[in-house]
Amino acid sequence: MNYCQGQYPLIQKDNLAKNIYSFTILCPEIAEKALCGQFVHVKANGFLLRRPISLCEIDRAAGTIRIVFEIRGEGTRAIADLRQGDLVDLIGPLGNGFTLLEPGKKAVLVGGGIGVPPMVQTAAHYGKNATAIVGFRSANAVILTEDFEKNGNELMLCTDDGTLGRKGFVTQALKERLKRGPADIICACGPGPMLKGVVELARQYGVKCEVSLEERMGCGVGACLVCACKTVKDGQEYYKHVCKDGPIFDSSEVIFDE
Amino acid sequence: MADLSVNIAGVPFKNPVIPASGTFGNGREYEQFYPLSKLGGISVKGMTLHGQPGNPAPRVAETPAGMLNSVGLQNPGVDHFIEHELPNLMTKDTVVIANVAGHTVEDCSEIARRLDSTPVHMLELNISCPNVKQGGAAFGTSCQNAAQVTAAVRQATNKPLMVKLSPNVTSIVEIAQAVESAGADAVSLINTLLGMRIDLKTRRPILKNNVGGLSGPAVFPVAVRMVWQVANAVRIPVVGMGGISTWQDAVEMMLAGAAAVQIGAAIFADPYAPVKIIDGLNQYLDENGIARVSELTGAVRPW
Repeated sequence: MNYCQGQYPLIQKDNLAKNIYSFTILCPEIAEKALCGQFVHVKANGFLLRRPISLCEIDRAAGTIRIVFEIRGEGTRAIADLRQGDLVDLIGPLGNGFTLLEPGKKAVLVGGGIGVPPMVQTAAHYGKNATAIVGFRSANAVILTEDFEKNGNELMLCTDDGTLGRKGFVTQALKERLKRGPADIICACGPGPMLKGVVELARQYGVKCEVSLEERMGCGVGACLVCACKTVKDGQEYYKHVCKDGPIFDSSEVIFDE
Repeated sequence: MADLSVNIAGVPFKNPVIPASGTFGNGREYEQFYPLSKLGGISVKGMTLHGQPGNPAPRVAETPAGMLNSVGLQNPGVDHFIEHELPNLMTKDTVVIANVAGHTVEDCSEIARRLDSTPVHMLELNISCPNVKQGGAAFGTSCQNAAQVTAAVRQATNKPLMVKLSPNVTSIVEIAQAVESAGADAVSLINTLLGMRIDLKTRRPILKNNVGGLSGPAVFPVAVRMVWQVANAVRIPVVGMGGISTWQDAVEMMLAGAAAVQIGAAIFADPYAPVKIIDGLNQYLDENGIARVSELTGAVRPW
């Protein structure tokens, strides 16, 4: 393991939906080493703390990574203000990645809202053997569906208000998918209540499940210990850290607080 | 090439730049960026007698020109440090400073006693952590308690002893004098300033601990002022910290009276900050014909 830190050109910037941006960044040294599910720690100009953003796509041949993020506050707004051609200050690739089974295995990728982007690269690995279950508030917030289609994934699109795809939550679609046939792994990223529901279904159906967690972060490399998440092993609860022990955790070790 | 070396409480440092406790773990993570031998020293993550879990998340919040943290001294305990981290650190050709953070006077003495028989170069007694309920800052906010814990640790070890002071006091000068009288070989300051932020939507504090320690450039002028006051009031060396992000900040802190500096929050923004500060100091000294970095210490010309 060794980390790269540098300033890399933003070669493609797109506005995917309200407050949601896609950056493609030329950083061969990061792309070379990056794994599905890892993140980069992005400098927000004018702010002390960097913002962790999961990798959406990794293109080793082109030497690029793609991140898709939502403006959540002033820091992410400063990042979104960068223009094509500007340099983005990144540390990466950081954290662990999703377990990748053989591509022939059946994977179910579940993403909610801004938890959808980290699923794209993992879904690509499994191609037609992956079901991508993605949920959004409404039709105008839907992003990246064409990327899953390009991957050859089966796509189950849900919106809370039914304005596009099926009406309802991803957990309903997941239940339907698991009833229909076997799955070897579930990977999920999204808001806490969604993850909790996904983890419960995975347990009921006896499917291995990994979740990508998020927490306010400091150093991003495991030194400062601020991004604590509660985990349990052998009945013992303790704090692990999202940046170094995660962001991907086996669902059996994560404790979701109310 | 100027002479960057400094001597603090009899411990030789190759340069005066030290990552601050809690911001650098035990060095393992940052070794992935550069060799630790570049650094003057490392003040390792604070250790308690027994391991402790720390506070619930969120433990960090952004602030204007800074950050709040409420980690709460999460650490696996002194024995774990001695067994699993220290042997590795001792091979890195840099000064290793063990940061001691007990909940009681007895805890602090016992930690110091256990470290006394190790090769660690120096102890930094943390009487200023704002994020734990007992101990920590409770020691650092009264002269009597500060002196008592310092004297007890002094008795427990022959290692050079630095005491890390809290800025959350009426007179940091009096605390510094109290720990000097009780046997401290050096003082380091400032620890974080107690602060708070509230989310407007939820009306809840951002930190789950409600309050936390403020660090980063926001606290720098406070730190410079306190280092200046303390350096003028004690005979032991002062290690300055609090919001140093650039070599210019380091020079300023040394002019105020610091014999060396610690770098904390700046490392989160730029992992290379300590190395850039060392390089910048070197260049500054050369360009200004200053032979030794130690000539900067206390060289401010106050009005």
